[in-house]
Amino acid sequence: MNLTLKIWRQKNANDKGKMVDYKISDVSPDMSFLEMLDVLNEQLINSGDEPVAFDHDCREGICGMCSLYINGEAHGPDRGVTTCQLHMRMFKDGDTIYIEPFRAKAFPVIKDLVVDRSAFDRIQHAGGFISVNTSGNTIDANAIPVNKQDADTAFEAATCIGCGACVASCKNSSAMLFVGAKVSQFALLPQGQVEATDRVLNMVKQMDEEGFGNCTNTGACEVECPKGISLENIARMNREYLKASFKG
Amino acid sequence: MALDSKIPQGPLADKWTKHKNTIDLVNPANKRLIDVIVVGTGLAGGSAAATLAELGYNVKAFCFQDSPRRAHSIAAQGGINAAKNYQGDGDSTYRLFYDTVKGGDYRSREANVYRLAEVSANIIDQCVAQGVPFAREYGGLLDNRSFGGVLVSRTFYAAGQTGQQLLLGAYSAMNRQIGRGKIKMYNRHEMLDVVKVDGKARGIITRNLITGEIERHSAHAVVLGTGGYGNVFFLSTNAMGSNVTAAWKAHKRGAYFANPCYTQIHPTCIPVSGDHQSKLTLMSESLRNDGRIWVPKHKKDVEAIRAKSLRPTEIAEEDRDYYLERRYPAFGNLVPRDVASRAAKERCDAGYGVNATGEAVYLDFASAIQRYGKEQAYIKGMDVNDAALVKKLGQEVVKTKYGNLFQMYYKIVDEDPYETPMMIYPAVHYTMGGVWVDYNLMTTVPGLYCIGEANFSDHGANRLGASALMQGLADGYFVLPYTIGDYLSDDIRTGPISTDTKEFEEAEKSVKEKLDFFINNKGKHSVDYFHKRLGKIMWNKVGMSRNVKGLTEAISEIKALREQFWKEVSVPGTNEELNEELAKAGRVADFLELGELFAKDALVREESCGGHFREDSVELEGEQKGEALRNDEDFAYVAAWEYKGEPSDAVLHKEELEFKDIELKQRSYK
Repeated sequence: MNLTLKIWRQKNANDKGKMVDYKISDVSPDMSFLEMLDVLNEQLINSGDEPVAFDHDCREGICGMCSLYINGEAHGPDRGVTTCQLHMRMFKDGDTIYIEPFRAKAFPVIKDLVVDRSAFDRIQHAGGFISVNTSGNTIDANAIPVNKQDADTAFEAATCIGCGACVASCKNSSAMLFVGAKVSQFALLPQGQVEATDRVLNMVKQMDEEGFGNCTNTGACEVECPKGISLENIARMNREYLKASFKG
Repeated sequence: MALDSKIPQGPLADKWTKHKNTIDLVNPANKRLIDVIVVGTGLAGGSAAATLAELGYNVKAFCFQDSPRRAHSIAAQGGINAAKNYQGDGDSTYRLFYDTVKGGDYRSREANVYRLAEVSANIIDQCVAQGVPFAREYGGLLDNRSFGGVLVSRTFYAAGQTGQQLLLGAYSAMNRQIGRGKIKMYNRHEMLDVVKVDGKARGIITRNLITGEIERHSAHAVVLGTGGYGNVFFLSTNAMGSNVTAAWKAHKRGAYFANPCYTQIHPTCIPVSGDHQSKLTLMSESLRNDGRIWVPKHKKDVEAIRAKSLRPTEIAEEDRDYYLERRYPAFGNLVPRDVASRAAKERCDAGYGVNATGEAVYLDFASAIQRYGKEQAYIKGMDVNDAALVKKLGQEVVKTKYGNLFQMYYKIVDEDPYETPMMIYPAVHYTMGGVWVDYNLMTTVPGLYCIGEANFSDHGANRLGASALMQGLADGYFVLPYTIGDYLSDDIRTGPISTDTKEFEEAEKSVKEKLDFFINNKGKHSVDYFHKRLGKIMWNKVGMSRNVKGLTEAISEIKALREQFWKEVSVPGTNEELNEELAKAGRVADFLELGELFAKDALVREESCGGHFREDSVELEGEQKGEALRNDEDFAYVAAWEYKGEPSDAVLHKEELEFKDIELKQRSYK
């Protein structure tokens, strides 16, 4: 199929940036979206132009490196996938596709479609861990049984890949789904109880300092999350935060 | 230089304990005076960085991704082995050790593997304490599954995302240390050289991938946890950015490179769909617990399938060839990866491949769905003869076990694997070869360590499933942090290492010259053009089945391609910006050298072992006819290559492998 691409080009963080049109032909429906961009870049390089910069790495939907706001949706029109898993069979011959970076105050653009998501890392530094030494001298793994349902729910929260689609989809650029997922994972497990108070207070404080907005329960994050992280995690974080505030 | 593996004396089971008790330690106050660089933040690098920082060393950690959490360990699916014997099925440290040595086709170092098995149980304790949400049974205890090449259930897992959960565990341990200022993290930085001062590794040169700035970083020791080199094949299950550059630069600075030809071709990957393909996606080996592999028995059915006039579900049971169950009744679908891959290739080469290109076999869950469905119906007191109900219940069980994998398959192939068998084909997955290290995980360069997939030590010629995660974390959490102290104890009075020396200056200059060359070359082909051609040569001539003619041709073709690359490569843009093509150019330049050494290593090893299959070394008669034939008399050694300029000049050093606790046997899975 033949497509028109309208792609955000921005030389660097200080550049103003603009949408630029590209034509691409002979796109196979079996290509992934990023493979389609590979073909475009090969064309650009061969004609002496600068290829489009975009983040990507594992190309199997797990590393969380790829992003892209495609036709107004984080990771494009399909559900439950990252951009690297989005396939061109989701589009039709003759389509015009708008490709922009994830936009949020806390995610400044580095170049073209590449943004800086290190704010996420800093939130994790503030409390996304259990303070156990890595010496291996811990109790036996089966010493504390964990209710299967809690373990499974903790696992579901822990499958967050930190891509930032939740922030990009939110009209307030809120990171509550991302932070809620980490807080929930530990809140549901006995190992996480000891530091529960400090964890949620510190992570939320850092989240606010990074310039993410608040949650107004529109639920766009849950819809666009490639891993189906549930809104319940935000509710659980709010409960944890309230509990911690009383204690604190 | 003669290779000294530094294996401690004494009985196998006591070596590690004795070694830990006798090596030098650095006292806590002195650790504060010592800097360690860790390159790579996967399971090995991430866990090492966290543990070293926790011990008190000043750690600088580097990754090329935008966050340490994105290292490719994240993509490991199936699980992690540990000799916990929670299932009471006869597992033990010895049995895990034995399975790993046998699975590696007797080409790994006994003492290292025993240590790995010994610390394995601790890894699970550690990870659970960190909050890694492993799968559990209804009683609240940890669940296990079975993996290829073994007869016990010792694999711990978190659905099909075990690597992700373990890496996030290591990442959280790193975050704790980053928050305390004990790890300084450098994201989007690529290591481009090792700096040696007075013969010791004392730092690295990096490029900031956003600004293009070339930086000098010094330390008392350098640790590489930079992963494998499967991307030399262009198409592999590795991430796009996975590369050999750090390991290769170390090699060029004097670290021997061991067994480059030992590559694991994983049997269950989604087949190639076209020329646009940029990577291959793995479907976890854990699927072989429940999936049965087959091709049609009759050519007419194969043709009908390819013409899409027949569906696989319409082929009767007796017209299917479950070739693994037929050839290997004892292990069936759970034979080791190398065996399963070759068997798939054998059937496809014989004309039984089930997709348009003839390079695919079926992985079928229909009987597992039936089995689980009946079990659930029985438990719930429902009608076990209600076919629709049984199917629905069975699909639910399969979904909880492999849901994310099935979804991944569906999104890529656009077929529903709950209803029709998956199509799979082998793909390059893991490299057992790597930088040579001694028992302390130190390379032949003093002060330069190598851990995880990047080193060669534990998997011999073939890695068993769920052992990569085990090795990465064992090296990073439990082995390196001990052994590195022995070396660093000599450095407590050294003081900070200056980067303002001629060694750093020279290394920086050569890095800059190479980058400038790429920018100014203005050739006529993109980097990918060369990478894809290299991949084709490797896959066709140095792939699953190797012979003298093909390997000889590969060597000269890769050399010619390398020469063309340096003349004709084109890199757009400038040095001083985010420039992915420039980063790729440097990586492909190194792959073009490694590829030739890889083929040379495969040519020299005139035997079949593990992932290295030589057509001129097979069993000619008896029950094992056609199976791989090892030659222990002449080849029970580690091939460690010393850099001398061109790959053709590399010098071979042999580390003879001694097996005192295991008898070398034909590896039979029949």
